[in-house]
Amino acid sequence: MNPPALNVRNLTTVFDTRGGTVTAVNDVSFSVGKGEILGLVGESGSGKSQTAYSLMNLVDRPGRITAGRIELNGHDLAGLGEEGWRRVRGRRIAMIFQDPMLTLNPVLRIDTQMIEAVQAHSGASRQQAREIARECLVKVGIASPDERLACYPHQFSGGMRQRVAIAIALIHRPEVIIADEPTTALDVTIQEQILFEMQTLARESGTALVWITHDLSVVAGLADRVAVMYAGRIVESGPAAQILAKPSHPYTAALLDSVPARNPRGVPLFQIPGAPPNLLEQADGCAFRPRCPKARAACADDIPVLTSGEAAVRCLAPHRALQEALAA
Amino acid sequence: MIPILELKTVSKRFTQKLDASTRLANLVGTPFGAKPVRQEIVQAVDKVDLRIPPGKVVGLVGESGCGKSTLGRMAVGLHAPSEGQRLWKGANLHTATQQERRQAQLKMQMIFQDPYASLNPRKRVVDIVGEAPVAHGLVQGAQKEAYVTELLAKVGLPSAVLRRYPHQFSGGQRARVGIARALAVQPELLVCDESVAALDVSIQAQVLNLFMKLRAELALTYLFISHDLSVVKHISDEVVVMYLGRVVESGPTEELFQRPLHPYSVALLRAAPELEAGKKVFRPISGEIPSPLNPPQGCHFHPRCPHAMPKCRETAPELVMVGLQRLTACHLHA
Amino acid sequence: MPSNPWKEFVAAFATNRVALAGCAVLLVVMLTAVFAPLAAPQNPYDLGLLNLEDTKLAPGTRSAVTGAVHLFGTDEQGRDMLSAIMYGLRTSLWVGFVATVLAFVIGSTLGLLAGCVGGRLDALLMRVADIQLSFPAILIALILVAVLGQGVGKIITALVGVQWAFYARTARGAALVERNKEYVEAATGLGLSRARIISCHVLPNCMAPLIVVAALQVASAITLEATLSFLGVGLPITEPSLGLLIANGFGQMLSGKYWISIYPGLALLLTIVAINLVADQLRDVLNPRLQTV
Repeated sequence: MNPPALNVRNLTTVFDTRGGTVTAVNDVSFSVGKGEILGLVGESGSGKSQTAYSLMNLVDRPGRITAGRIELNGHDLAGLGEEGWRRVRGRRIAMIFQDPMLTLNPVLRIDTQMIEAVQAHSGASRQQAREIARECLVKVGIASPDERLACYPHQFSGGMRQRVAIAIALIHRPEVIIADEPTTALDVTIQEQILFEMQTLARESGTALVWITHDLSVVAGLADRVAVMYAGRIVESGPAAQILAKPSHPYTAALLDSVPARNPRGVPLFQIPGAPPNLLEQADGCAFRPRCPKARAACADDIPVLTSGEAAVRCLAPHRALQEALAA
Repeated sequence: MIPILELKTVSKRFTQKLDASTRLANLVGTPFGAKPVRQEIVQAVDKVDLRIPPGKVVGLVGESGCGKSTLGRMAVGLHAPSEGQRLWKGANLHTATQQERRQAQLKMQMIFQDPYASLNPRKRVVDIVGEAPVAHGLVQGAQKEAYVTELLAKVGLPSAVLRRYPHQFSGGQRARVGIARALAVQPELLVCDESVAALDVSIQAQVLNLFMKLRAELALTYLFISHDLSVVKHISDEVVVMYLGRVVESGPTEELFQRPLHPYSVALLRAAPELEAGKKVFRPISGEIPSPLNPPQGCHFHPRCPHAMPKCRETAPELVMVGLQRLTACHLHA
Repeated sequence: MPSNPWKEFVAAFATNRVALAGCAVLLVVMLTAVFAPLAAPQNPYDLGLLNLEDTKLAPGTRSAVTGAVHLFGTDEQGRDMLSAIMYGLRTSLWVGFVATVLAFVIGSTLGLLAGCVGGRLDALLMRVADIQLSFPAILIALILVAVLGQGVGKIITALVGVQWAFYARTARGAALVERNKEYVEAATGLGLSRARIISCHVLPNCMAPLIVVAALQVASAITLEATLSFLGVGLPITEPSLGLLIANGFGQMLSGKYWISIYPGLALLLTIVAINLVADQLRDVLNPRLQTV
């Protein structure tokens, strides 16, 4: 049995702030198979972006990874030094950011940046690198790639820049691509184009894709599997269709209920009571406890993860769907 | 019924004026064959009619460059239209007196998108919300605190926050302060420019519910500008769809969402990700959104339209009524 | 949890030990300057107190006449150097601060107007500022002093004339940025008058970069005044500043009586370095982009 493309076990990242220690990523475990798309969903402060940075070892001070294994096709990346990580980043794992201006240097031409990306991990000549860059632009659906290569980022629209960012991510045919809210800032029709490209690419090249977003509808359309994060922990994960139709964790259920599409017109939307958690005041047990309609005394202790087939949930009182599955 | 606000054939052009040095360079360079630098004109809004019935929520949707934000600002009076008229409850604001215009101005307020940038970082909440009513004489200086406390209660914030600064709040709380600020001058029309776009789903639900509650309590009318179709579908009575500065379709929400007529509306609605649909096979429309600096001739949408005809390249279609309250600008439905 | 913005500011400032040291030095300097008449061992400008036998005493020597120890020695007229330096600091700091405050007020106002009103006023003000900033400060100061003459007021005027452009430029830049922010649009929509928007909304948000410029410019003003005095065109002999003291003692350097020139120089150096350290830390603290968790 082949190892999964990406296997994360018990990843923990903390930040030492003036106000105290914040555990931004708390014992996070998930895996993504080849050609599979995992949607990592959460709101602000859930830790999804920090998880992404941790996977590439890009966490800045005062943050640091304190525990966990990151396995890329079976190889553990934890022991790698600076040089080891440099060889992995861009070649075996690539990242796409929300703001393509963060990936693209505004003062360099596109071909310069892409050639640089090619030559970082291969001994290709300038001419060969340019060819590879050109091919990648075609792969992401950019017409007249030769003209585009000679342009500067500011001459492109947001959607075009994001495609270039994706093309750069694809240059070395990485095993895993991590996309951090790549279409959040884009228009709906452009987003659809990008989602189409990503879906095709994952299928054709066998690249595993981790798609981080707060938009449940995007995940519904794109992802094979979903993992929901709250206050740094994964509270639920499993096949997308199953989780979105029959969520087991009360937070997932509440989140889905507050989406406008799930509420009839004119009726007040379902509101999750309470406020998002303050990460500086993390207590033991379940972070959702103050807002959970089914909370009980036992929730103040460590919550075990219950699994049933492909799905997993970190809750003592999951919704009936999972209960039934567990009982069966 | 007289609409509470009507925009008649309004347009807005933004011109980048050439400064003295560029004009000098043009003068000197052109005899030698250099290409002169042209003034850039963006036609942000192109002859738009908008009628907002009192007490209703009108949703305004569209993508980048469609001009919905500019139209919203023209509605509220932050941008003066390059052409066209603005009528407040039937009265033309251009021909009104200074006094009348100022009164009308207070009756229409905007709720902004960015909860971080829309509050003055150096002012306390009590001053942010209380400054305008005191300046306009709606409230005496001594009653400012009591007035602001009442407003904060209406938007669901405790009085303890009076003396706090914006940076001490979360995004959702700042959005509420912005709403309280707008309500402080007792408006009748609220223009929400992407007011929930920057908020998390759970906070968004709270703020949308607040909008609806205030609408019922204070008999408010809304112009709700958003790119999020699911939000617009939930909250609006009517929807107006814009593309590159022009209105392409409008009508009652349910009908428009069930049966969009304009090819752009069709593409937009189909592209919007849906929770219920499950795993999707994406079939995007081709092409980029053209730059407003250089929009296509004739119908702006024709380069991307699957039903484009030769006529579409030449003449811009007129907005015609194709059903009860349904308007669309397309040669297919002319 | 409402926190005190001042406490937060002080805590942020105190994270840099070197800046704290600079702050301490600056405090000592300022206290010395303020309390000079009380703290100085001798009033250096009272000609009656001078003893011609006490001239050019080396630092640390005891006076044969009065019995007092001159910590920093005496100059060629018998003045106690320590006292002279304390009074000199007083004058230098006074001129520097007053010039900075005036330049701040005038420059910021003009810059704010240029940024908020725009158009021809903006173009005019900025061209004047550009032209002025393209000349070396010392040159403009010399021209102004030549025209205006000597005297404390006139020197301050010359310094303001040189320095207003820095504040104007900074204020204009900050105003242009703030003017487009949504809270200013909101204030416009609420029907507030333009004057009110500029003074109550835009100005407070432009203060951070302006304060940083001011902190750096204080040092610059003091140095400029010292240079002018050293060249002999600055403050008159009746109001000697550190620059004048350095100039006076310059002739004595070659004969080995270094303290008459060097000690005032060191005092000036210490003051300028302390101000720069404090200003640097202020700039880092007030820069929103550098704020870490």
